[in-house]
Amino acid sequence: MKKDWPLWEVFVRSKNGLEHRHFGSLHAADAQMALENARDVYTRRNEGVSIWVVESKHITASNPENNPEMFEPAKDKVYRHPTFYKLPDEIKHM
Amino acid sequence: MSEEKIKDLEAWFEARIANEEKIEPKDWMPEKYRQTHIRQMSQHAHSEIVGMLPEGNWITRAPSLRRKVALLAKVQDEAGHGLYLYSATETLGISREEMIEQLHSGKAKYSSIFNYPTISWADIGAIGWLVDGAAIINQVALCGTSFGPYARAMVRICKEESFHQRQGYEIMLTLARGSNEQKAMAQDALNRWWWPSLMMFGPRDEDSPNTAQSMKWKLKRKSNDELRQQFIDQTVPQADLIDLKIPDPDLKWNEERGHYDFGPIDWEEFWQVVKGHGPCNKERLAARKNAWANGEWVRDAALAYSEKQKSKELNKAS
Repeated sequence: MKKDWPLWEVFVRSKNGLEHRHFGSLHAADAQMALENARDVYTRRNEGVSIWVVESKHITASNPENNPEMFEPAKDKVYRHPTFYKLPDEIKHM
Repeated sequence: MSEEKIKDLEAWFEARIANEEKIEPKDWMPEKYRQTHIRQMSQHAHSEIVGMLPEGNWITRAPSLRRKVALLAKVQDEAGHGLYLYSATETLGISREEMIEQLHSGKAKYSSIFNYPTISWADIGAIGWLVDGAAIINQVALCGTSFGPYARAMVRICKEESFHQRQGYEIMLTLARGSNEQKAMAQDALNRWWWPSLMMFGPRDEDSPNTAQSMKWKLKRKSNDELRQQFIDQTVPQADLIDLKIPDPDLKWNEERGHYDFGPIDWEEFWQVVKGHGPCNKERLAARKNAWANGEWVRDAALAYSEKQKSKELNKAS
C-alpha cells in the first residue's frame, strides 16, 4: 500500500481573545493524529492555546482568475467608508 | 493558450513580483517559476531532514543535561522546518511521496554540508555556530521571497533558528575556555567545518548562471559571493573573541574594501561532495531510505486504522 496520509490545514488561536489563524498544513492518518502532529509541528514555543484541524479537501477556495468579478464590485463603493461623508470642521470626533 | 497570451501573462507576472506582490499557490505562474520553486524548496526541506542526522549522532552522548535538551530541541526544530517546507512545496502540485522519492533516487539534492561527519562533541558547537550561522544568512534573505508559502515558512524558520546558532557558539566558547584538550577539540572542529561552511553559499558568482533569474524572483537578494563575504565578516570577530584561529593563512582585514580578504576555496572538493563522493553521502542517504522503508508498516497501519474507524462510524449512522 503506497499512499500519502491525507493533508490537513492547521489553525491556531495564539491566545484567548484572538481568532484562530491559518498556520500551515501537515499530513496525518486521522483527525486525532493531525491534532497531535499540529501540536508538535506548529506550537513548540507556546504559539497557541487552541488548535483546529480540517482536512484540506473540505476547503473550497475561490479561484484567483475570478478575482475581478469576485472583488472588484466593492472597489467603487466609497460610500461604505466613513471618509465619504463631509462633516463641518466643528465636529471633531464622529 | 496562445504563445502571445502566455507572453502577456509572463510580463504581468514579472511586473507583480517587481511590485513586491506575493504569488500564492493558485495564482497563474510560468512553468519555470513552478519548477524552480519545487526544486529549491524541496531541496531546502530535504536539507532540514538530512541535517538531523549528523547532530542526532550526539544526542545520547551530550556532555550534560542542559546540552542534551538544547540539542534535542534543535533537532526537533529541524524536523519541524523540514515539514513546513515540504507542505509549502506541496502547494505547487507535487506530492510528499514524489519529493521523498526524488531524494532517495538522488534526483533531488540536499545541502552538501551534511555529508561531513560529526566526529567529536565540538562538531555540534561548530555546526550550530557556522552551519546554522551560514544558513541563517541565506534564509533571512528568503523571508522576502516572492512565493507566499515559502516566504511565510522562512519567517517562522528564521525566528526559531537564532537559538541554534547561539547554542552552538556557547558550546565553542565553553570548550575554548576549558582545558587545553577541550580548546584543541574546538579548534579542530573549526578547522574542519570552516571551508565547507563557506561552500554553503554556493559557487562563485561567475559560476552561478541562474543568479539573474533568481534575483528577479527574489529567490536571491544578494549574490553567493556577497553573502559569503557577509558571513566571513561577521564570523571572524566571533572567532577572535574566543581565541580560536580561522584556518586560512590568507585571511586578512582589508581596510580599503572594508571586508576581510580570504584564501581560495577548494571548489573541486565542493563538486565532489555534490556529486556524491563526500565522506558521508552514502551513509546519509542510506539512513533516510531505511527510515522510510522501516516506517512503511506504521504509515500503512495508521491509515488502515483510520479507515476502519471511519467505516465503523458509517455503520453506526446507518
